[in-house]
Amino acid sequence: MNDRIKKLRDQSLNAENRLSAERGILLTRFYQDDSIQHLSRPIQRGRCFEYILRHKEICINEGELIVGERGPAPKATPTYPEICIHTLKDLDILNAREKVSFSVDPQTRKSFEEVIIPFWAGNSNRDRIMDQLPVAWHDAYSAGVFTEFQEQRAPGHTVLGDKIYRKGMFDIIEDIETSIAALDLMNDPTAIRKREELMAMEITAKALVSYAERHAAALETMAGNEKSKGRKAELMEMARICRKVPAQKPDTFHEALQYYWFVHLGVITELNPWDSFNPGRLDQHLYPFYRKGLDDGSLDMESARELLQSFWVKFNNHPSPPKVGVTAEESNTYTDFCLINIGGLNEAGDDAVNDLSYLILEVIKEMRILQPSSMVQISRKNPDDFVKKALDIIKTGFGQPSCFNTDAIIQEMSRQGKSLEDARRGGASGCVETGAFGVECYILTGYFNLPKVLEITLNNGLDPRTGKQIGLETGDPAKFKDFAQLMSAFNEQLRHFIDIKVMGSNIIEQVFSSEMPVPFLSVLIDDCIANGRDYNAGGARYNTNYIQGVGTGSVTDSLAALKYHVFDQKTRTMGKYMQVLADNFKGHESFRYDLLHDTPKYGNDDNYADDILKEVFEYYFEAVDGRKSPRGATYRINLLPTTSHIYFGKVIRALPDGRKSGEPLSEGISPVQGADRFGPTAVLKSAAKIDHLRTGGTLLNQKFTPSFLDSEEGIDKVTRLIRSYFKMDGHHIQFNVVTADTLCQAQKEPEKYRDLIVRVAGYSDYFNDLGKDLQDEIIRRTEHEAF
Amino acid sequence: MTVCIFDIKRFAVHDGPGIRTTVFFKGCPLNCWWCHNPEGISPEIEHFTEEIEFDGITLNKELTVGRWIKVNDLMEELEKDRIFMEESGGGVTFSGGEPLMQHEAVFALLKLCSEAGIHTAVDTSGLVSEHILQQATELADLILYDLKSLDDKIHQEFTGVSNKKILNNLEITLKGQARVILRFPMVAGFNDKPADHNQLLAYLEGLENLDQVDILPYHPFGTQKYNRFNKKNRQNGFGIPSKEKINSLRDELINAGFAVNIGG
Repeated sequence: MNDRIKKLRDQSLNAENRLSAERGILLTRFYQDDSIQHLSRPIQRGRCFEYILRHKEICINEGELIVGERGPAPKATPTYPEICIHTLKDLDILNAREKVSFSVDPQTRKSFEEVIIPFWAGNSNRDRIMDQLPVAWHDAYSAGVFTEFQEQRAPGHTVLGDKIYRKGMFDIIEDIETSIAALDLMNDPTAIRKREELMAMEITAKALVSYAERHAAALETMAGNEKSKGRKAELMEMARICRKVPAQKPDTFHEALQYYWFVHLGVITELNPWDSFNPGRLDQHLYPFYRKGLDDGSLDMESARELLQSFWVKFNNHPSPPKVGVTAEESNTYTDFCLINIGGLNEAGDDAVNDLSYLILEVIKEMRILQPSSMVQISRKNPDDFVKKALDIIKTGFGQPSCFNTDAIIQEMSRQGKSLEDARRGGASGCVETGAFGVECYILTGYFNLPKVLEITLNNGLDPRTGKQIGLETGDPAKFKDFAQLMSAFNEQLRHFIDIKVMGSNIIEQVFSSEMPVPFLSVLIDDCIANGRDYNAGGARYNTNYIQGVGTGSVTDSLAALKYHVFDQKTRTMGKYMQVLADNFKGHESFRYDLLHDTPKYGNDDNYADDILKEVFEYYFEAVDGRKSPRGATYRINLLPTTSHIYFGKVIRALPDGRKSGEPLSEGISPVQGADRFGPTAVLKSAAKIDHLRTGGTLLNQKFTPSFLDSEEGIDKVTRLIRSYFKMDGHHIQFNVVTADTLCQAQKEPEKYRDLIVRVAGYSDYFNDLGKDLQDEIIRRTEHEAF
Repeated sequence: MTVCIFDIKRFAVHDGPGIRTTVFFKGCPLNCWWCHNPEGISPEIEHFTEEIEFDGITLNKELTVGRWIKVNDLMEELEKDRIFMEESGGGVTFSGGEPLMQHEAVFALLKLCSEAGIHTAVDTSGLVSEHILQQATELADLILYDLKSLDDKIHQEFTGVSNKKILNNLEITLKGQARVILRFPMVAGFNDKPADHNQLLAYLEGLENLDQVDILPYHPFGTQKYNRFNKKNRQNGFGIPSKEKINSLRDELINAGFAVNIGG
């Protein structure tokens, strides 16, 4: 990393996360203008976008090569009051809270108090949504049965394809005009609406060009004042680039990156779409520019590296917009899930790993920052060398890049009806979500708390925490004659709550589609222009709504424990078992010990538990998959939690698997923390019993200590683990390479760390299986390694 | 047919090539002072009561070491990680204890594995009848052969048995079909003196068909097990060999033409 990048990186790391009132003020001013009130919604939104970009402060940071900031400074983060209004109390919480805080200075607070809040209070999209949602939805939501993504953020969750590398905004405007010209205003009753949409798209495309020109002008001024010859030349070149892109298609590596960055800013300024937009298959998109630059001598590897690193810093300057309440609990992080994809296959189905893939891996390793996040797509056609290079970074222990199975992703998309080419051009975004990049609107609607449904089932429809009857009366479990009866009651409750969740999502979707069009995002995602339809109204080629199942491990182990102890071994009657749960295991310690140590659990390649997981999967899949939404999307499932397994755990009392009241649930499709006793191969076998190909993504985490991966042999063994898991159609796996802190914690709470493997001396072993003196020794060792 | 085992370890990565499943058989004719699997020495199933601190109270839990398992059921366990074995060039390892104390069952397992196309290794102390070892070399793909000391007096003192038969058997084993890797547990205060190593080298150089030697440096990690399983701990005089001594032996072995792994 050269000095320039080091400085930029430090600036970014040291920048304070703070709230910016700029966007809120501009937005309010725009909406206060009487002359816009008569405009159609799409035109209003298009003009609003244009207004913000025309008036917002231009920020160019010292020494940077890629320009453009969403706020007036790095990490100065806007709010989106038209979506969700932050109250003064919210601002105080954001300012003061320990984790993921945003500082709010007095001036900002004043702007909110005097300008933003008075105008938007009671008038945001969130208010509209909450008014329309029925009581059953509110009850289930408050009980913690599910969360709702679109409550504070706009639908998004899409990734850009290769369009901007082929077309400038002027080319796209031509496409828009062609689409407008083809409208049949006399005979097509939808034509007028389409025309409004398309005209709004055109406004935003032009607005982005003007926004770039504002940067060009600022850069030219800076160049005029610049004393350093070298920097002056750079500024002039950057100004030239900003005059060229996004107006025209890019021709150089630098132009391509800058073009993307303007587009990125456009998307995250227009609204706050969930799971921020990102360039997706970066090594594929940029490779032709890279190759051309190297061939004609205009680029070398070091300057390409520097540009990429400068680009990386831009992502890190843009934290996820501040969340509050339940949304903060389900996803409490600064990261906005921009997940750069590297490797995989090209659209012809060939190995797509190229020189740039390796260069990007080096960039990830050197930058070692939270954003952008990164992943490697691994197809059976990709070389082992690529996997091992990725593991070389993973072993440094910061959780990047994660590993994805390209061949599974393609099959998942094919099952969903996507063309093979579109599937091959796609990948994963956010955490692990499968998508056809550039052509799909795949909305995550919220997390779904599977163990909560079991808790409600065990209470005959009653939520023991709120005391409300929110589920169906499926019978007193003490009277169930066999396990099948319990499973069928659980299935009934599950369907009931999925019905409520889907109904809510459909209502929310309609509000967004009529009230909150996103003409700029629609410019980018095909086939919104050809269809004359907004991204939020079903304009994309493919439309998917995901409901993300959480706590598969916890619900499986709980059901397995009930089957084992009540129906098979008969160590407890159901009634007695319920009393144990009500007592939160107090006075039943020995039984809890048996539950943790001597009862079948998911993650051990034991069909007793794993078959239950498969059944739960079928129920969940059947309840969700294939339903239709108002915009024509199809509901699908995936299995991931972000941080919701903590929140969902808080709303559930003791579970039959031995988990105490309020404790976190299992995360992703990983086994319950510490429940897996037979090592990574058994976990992978268990996890592969889920039919990943019928999901839109699953999340599996595995833990290794740094020393396990500290040899070529270790790297090779883990490579084999990944390859084997992917042979079994596993979707994703991520390796946690742990530190001394974790090991100390593992000593304090060994029950939760039973899957932790450590390198001991000439052999590896489970941390828990080691004596305390040895554990202490390893902890000391690891700490030394950390320095 | 059944066997008595005390553990099945999946993702074993130091008991032969690739990702392996290692089966630990109960019972061993040796009684090494440094043994890190003391629960494997007795051929009987053992019962203990353990005091466990849990949720703020002390529980007394029954602990059983060892179980009888049918050969066919064990095969089912071994098949479970086949995909990883195939992907990594791994297989199964029969260890212990001394697996060949239950040679009939081990042979049956080796045949079943061979029929199933699973690579096999037998980790042996060498203290078994000649014809059993011979048969093992015919049935297994790999023999991991432990050699502790060439000094018979010392060997007798710390393992409870003479090394004569073990040395004799090694030569027989090397004539067999299976590949052989010699494993030398290196224990400070027992067999880490230069004289020990010179003796070892001279001996190994005289052997035919041996190309790999693994050095297994002693570790005191079995110590806790002695308390847990109520065994007499005799490890006080032993220590971790120094890195210099390990490396020096490694270099000498490499110079003598052997491939060497440290830690197996």
